[in-house]
Formats: sequence, structure tokens, C-alpha cells
Amino acid sequence: MNRIKDAEHLFRLAAAFAVGLALFLLLRAYFVPKSFGQYGHYRGDALAELSSKPMSYAGHQSCEDCHSDVLQVKKAGKHAGVNCEACHGALAKHAEDPSSVVPQLPDTAVLCARCHEENIAKPKAFPQVVSAQHSGGAVCKTCHQPHSPLLQPGGKQS
Amino acid sequence: MITRRRLLMLLPAAAFAWEYVLAGTPELAPGYNRNEHWWGMLLDISKCIGCGNCVRACATENNVPEGYFRTWVERYHVADWHQETPEVDSPNGGKNGFPPGTDVGGKNFFVPKMCNHCVDSPCTQVCPVGATLHTPDGVVLVDEKYCLGCRYCIQACPYGCRFLNPTKRTAEKCSLCYHRITKGLTTACCESCPTGARQLADLKNPSDPIHEFLRTHSVQVLKPHLATGAKAFYYDLDGSVR
Amino acid sequence: MPVQGFMYPNEIELQWSVLIVVYPFVTGLVAGAFILASLERIFHVGAVKPTYRLALLTALSFLLVAPLPLQLHLGHPERSLEMYLTPHTSSPMAMFGFVYLWYLMAVILLEIWLEYRREIVLFSQRTVGWRRLLYRALTLGSSNISEASLRVDDRVGWVVTLIGIPSAFLLHGYVGFIFGTVKANPWWSSPLMPVVFIFSAMVSGIAMVLLVYMAMMKIRHEPIDMRCVDTVAQYLLYTFIIDFALEMLDLIHRISVADESFRSLDFLLHTRLFFSQVVLQIALGTVVPILAIGFIQMFHVPEKARRLAYAVCGCLTVIGIFAMRWNVVIGGQLFSKSFLGYTTYKVDLISREGELIAAVLLLLPFFILAVLVKILPPFAEREAASGD
Repeated sequence: MNRIKDAEHLFRLAAAFAVGLALFLLLRAYFVPKSFGQYGHYRGDALAELSSKPMSYAGHQSCEDCHSDVLQVKKAGKHAGVNCEACHGALAKHAEDPSSVVPQLPDTAVLCARCHEENIAKPKAFPQVVSAQHSGGAVCKTCHQPHSPLLQPGGKQS
Repeated sequence: MITRRRLLMLLPAAAFAWEYVLAGTPELAPGYNRNEHWWGMLLDISKCIGCGNCVRACATENNVPEGYFRTWVERYHVADWHQETPEVDSPNGGKNGFPPGTDVGGKNFFVPKMCNHCVDSPCTQVCPVGATLHTPDGVVLVDEKYCLGCRYCIQACPYGCRFLNPTKRTAEKCSLCYHRITKGLTTACCESCPTGARQLADLKNPSDPIHEFLRTHSVQVLKPHLATGAKAFYYDLDGSVR
Repeated sequence: MPVQGFMYPNEIELQWSVLIVVYPFVTGLVAGAFILASLERIFHVGAVKPTYRLALLTALSFLLVAPLPLQLHLGHPERSLEMYLTPHTSSPMAMFGFVYLWYLMAVILLEIWLEYRREIVLFSQRTVGWRRLLYRALTLGSSNISEASLRVDDRVGWVVTLIGIPSAFLLHGYVGFIFGTVKANPWWSSPLMPVVFIFSAMVSGIAMVLLVYMAMMKIRHEPIDMRCVDTVAQYLLYTFIIDFALEMLDLIHRISVADESFRSLDFLLHTRLFFSQVVLQIALGTVVPILAIGFIQMFHVPEKARRLAYAVCGCLTVIGIFAMRWNVVIGGQLFSKSFLGYTTYKVDLISREGELIAAVLLLLPFFILAVLVKILPPFAEREAASGD
């Protein structure tokens, strides 16, 4: 009996710890998100949230559904593999409601140079020019049709 | 053949579908089963022209803050046989292309970089709370509602692909456009790449042509000695690339 | 941003600031102070007894401040509870949260409570006002301070201290482990990292208690127990030798192996880290104290000179260990993981993670210690002896 009396304060301490532990477990039950652990050590709901963010790019399929005439021209030319939005920018809003957003035509003087201005690190076989020497100041669209840019011999558009 | 009449019938259906897609409904595109896909990326160095389309497209699609990069392009210059000392630059991540440069010989090429969506990612391992995660379809994502902003994951990534979003104050990185690929679209960077240097790969789909390419060509990953299980595969990668 | 060479675009800005230097420095002091306290309790090094209670209170003061730099650093401190609610067991940082909690609750607070219980009960009976309430709360309702119960306290306290030694190693070794397991960073990634952290922690903790003891005696106009400080300085020397050996081993190994990171790290050491590593950490912070205290072991040095030497060496040590934390944390972020470039750390004076905050956090423990010393006087026996 005496032993217990002398260690009584330790039992009180143990009780305090037990209360603390119980509080922690209560907190845990309340605060841990319900979907946590569904697929792994993370909030399962995060997958759905991250899958449903809004898009800015429509994807070339949507463009081609309406602009099939452009697709016909592009398919047969050198820019067959270049998707519409690579040059025309993000147009999901336009695809959703065509009249709400009227896309601006890109400025070819700036746009074409991004890919075709000569650069030592570009693959040698890739068509590139020093624009100042190439066209003597004329913008690219003067001679090249962007959807099918290769010129036939004699300078005529293909 | 698409007649005007057919088009008029298609348009409302298309509009409805877009509404569904753009409204950001929590459900995935009908028929997307996470367990049927295992996503990776092919980066073809022989095709990259350093135009920076990918960097700009990613920034637009994912609202990436100025000065931070979910993807970027590096330019390498390797003189002669000096594999261990390349000269590398990445002006503003390659967002506005690269200056022409002077031809001093040697090897010169562009290397697009991004999150490698590693199978054994060190970033997921060190996250103290489970805010960065592996999806069942192989994409490494950040749960921005759960992230503390401790930045341990940014320290742990060997590829430098993570950053702290200054306004959200959470960790951020390439999400492989998870919101697009789960709806059958490709990533913004692949969509805007004019040469096909970047191509999404579904490593669980045997008829995916990119998957086929990976099976039949020599490819590499970055820092293989760290055994991260990287899934961004590089074709025609020079040994000097860090 | 002044970048030299090439860095991955997202690497240019440092992620872990001076606050993350303060944090391991502070936890290191905790571990070191506790080890000193345990010298008397477990190993019966009677000479250091005058510092026993003070070391415990010092450890507690620093332990209470330790989470603050982390909270200030987090992007979302309001979510920090997540580390306890959904800890990721593969993450050293998550597991450290529990190691910290264990050390605070089951070691430091318990040991202090057991050591001071007699005084707490007595004060709860003799004081008035809010002090009385405070002491009564601390008694947990028990006023038994019979000889038998005090013997129980002593026994349990001995066990707590025994458990406390590996716990102290775990506390600061874990911080080293947080850095040591980052395979992406070759400056950090090393199995030696936890061991180096532990021994540098012990060095800084012992030096800090030495300084605090000498300062307190000066403030109270009491004579410094020379036998005590001589012994503390000896233990400082022994620990220093081990710490220095470990750090030199790391350095020599790196030079010998010269892997892909070596050129980068070597360059850093010769330029951006020269002052903080070579001058502050190694020369002034380690070599000078070892030589000085070593000299005192071999040759007779008069008391006054010894006291001065201990004070100077104590300060140099503490500064040197802070520099070591700086070199690890900041140094590890100054070079690119491409090993082709370097950046600079721009630390603001006044910002959430700036120099001012760091200075405040480093001074705060002393204010807490001043309060603790008032509530739980470390030299009560002396006072009782001189008072009656």
C-alpha cells in the first residue's frame, strides 16, 4: 500500500498522458480527411480534383472537326504534323463557343522565326534560315502559306 | 462527307460535350479506367528545335507563375570529346526560344526537361504528410490542398523539376496534364510541339506507337544511377546531359 | 540573380533559408545539453553536478523554441498538424515529429518534473497568487514528498535519463538523417551525416551550458566552481576530437573519391563557403578550441586565464557549430544538381525568413531560460543553505 502511496504522483502523471493520448486520437478521427488512404498514402479525392481542372488548349481534334478545309490543305503539306494551337495559341474557349472568342491571326514575322530562325543547336536537317538574308525584310506570309508552306520551283505556292 | 446540315446537328452535341468537359466535373471522361494506363513520355532529342512552344503552352495551360517552370528547355554545347564539361544555357527556361549562337563546332542540341514521373520517386518518399502522390496510372501529382510547403520534396528531386508556387505557397511541378490525359487528350506540351519531339506514351497500351518506339529503339533516362524509375525516356541523348 | 554557370531554372532560388539553419542548431544544443546533464546522473561524474539542473533547463528552453523556425518557414503552418495526423512513414521529416514529441514529453519534461518535484510541492505551499496556482498545477495534485516518494523519483529519473541518452542521439541524429538520405544532393547524402550531426550537437550543447553556467555565476556574483568547468571543458575536448575526426574523414573521403560532384563542391569550398567553412567552422570553431583546451590539459594555466579561455572557446565553438549548420544547409543549395553552376543566397534583413527573425529566435531561448530559472531555481540548495 505504501508503495502505491509513494508512487501516486506517477500514476497521476500516467493519467495525464493517457488523457493527452485520447485527445490526440479524437483529433485524428476528426481531422483526417475521409478519403485519405483510398489509393495510397494521400487524399483519394485529390485525384478527382486534379482531373477536373479547366483546360486552355482544345486539342487539334476539336479544331479539325470544324475547320476540315484547313486540315485538307495542311495534311498534304510540310506542316502536317504541326497542330493548330502550336501556332494559333490556346483556343479551348473558341472551340467551346466559336463566336465568343475570335482568334487573332498570328504575326508571321514573329511566329515563323521561333521555329525557323537559324540556330546552331537545331538539327541540321531542319529547315532554318537567317531571316534577314532570306527575305530581305519581307514577312514570311508574303511568299509562304502557313498551312502548307513549301514553295514550288518558280516561287509559286504549292 | 461533312455537310452543313450535319454540322448544324453536330454543333450542339459538341457544345454540350465541351460544357461537360470545361465545367470541370469531378468525374473522368466516361470509360477512363485508371488501372488501364501507365503514363510516360518520349523526348526525341533529334527532333527538338528549341522553339519553346512547350514551355509557353505549359505555362498557359497550367497557370505557371513567371520565373518558375514546370518544363523547360536547355541548350547544350559539347566541345570535341569533353563530355564532362558541356556548356549549358536556358534563358528564361527557353520560354522565348534561344539566341542564334555562334558556330564554334562541337555538338549542339536542345534538351527538354520535365518531371520524370518516377516510379520510385524520391519526392514522394520524403513528403511528410502524403501531399505528393502516385496515381494508379503512373503520374506523380501534388495535392495542393494538403501540401504544407515544407519543400522537402523540392530538395529531394534530383532533376530540379519542382518549385514552390509563390502565391499558393505549396509545392508544384509538371502534372503530365492529368486533367487532359484522363479525358483522352494529350498534354499541352505535346499538343504544341511542332516537330513531335515530345510525345505522350501509354506504357500499358501495346498498340500505342510511342510504346512501340520505346521497345524498338535505344532510349535513356536522366541520372539512372539514382534508380528513380524515371519514365521520361530520351532518344538520341548525349552522355554529357545532366 | 547572380548565377555562375548553369543551374536548372527552378534551383536558382534557395528553398531552405537561414531558419532551417537555426533549427538544427537549436535542436543540437538540446541534445548536447542533455548529454552533459546525463554525465552526472548516469556516469557519476560528480564534478559537473553544479550544471545538472541548468543543463536540463537550457535543453528545455531550446527545445521549446525549436519548432518556431519550422512554423515560420512552412508555406502553410496551419496544416502542420497533418504531420502528426497522417505521417508518411518513409519520410524522415514526418518521423522526426514523433521523435521530438517523445523527447519533449517522455524525457525532458518528465526528468525536470521528477528532479524538481520536491521544490514544486514546497513552493505550492509557500507562495501566493498566480505563482501558487502555477505550482499547484505542476504538482498534478499530489503533495507527497516523503523520503520514500523522493527515492521513487530518483529511481525513475535515473531510468528516464538512461533512456534519454539514446533519445538525445535519436533527436539530433534524425535531423542529420533528414539531410543524409537526400540522394539527390551529394553534399548531404552520406551515412556519416547523422553521426557528424550528433557529435557537433554534443559539442555545441556542452559549450553552451559551459557559457550559461559561467554567465549565471557572474550575474549572481558567485564564484565559479573551477573543478566543474575544468571537467566540462575536458568533455568538450573529448567530444571535439571525435567530431573533428569525423568531419575530416568526410572531407578526405570526398577528395580521395572525387566523384561527379567533387569539382563543384571543391569550388564552393574555395569560394562561397571559404569564410564560413574554412575560417569559422574549422579554424576558429574547431582547431583553436581543441588546441587551447588541449594546452590547458598539458600545462598549468592559472584560474583566471582558464576562465577566459573557456569563455572564448565556448563562444568560438557555438559560432563554429552554427557555421557548420550554415555550411550544410545553405552550402548544399548553392551548387546546381547539374554540377555546372552556382547561385547565391540573398538573405533579407526584415522578412518572414530573414536575419532579424533568425536573431530573435536565437535569443528567445535565453529569455525563456530566464523565466524558467525564476520558476525552477537551479541552485535552490545553495540558496537554502545560504538563506537559513
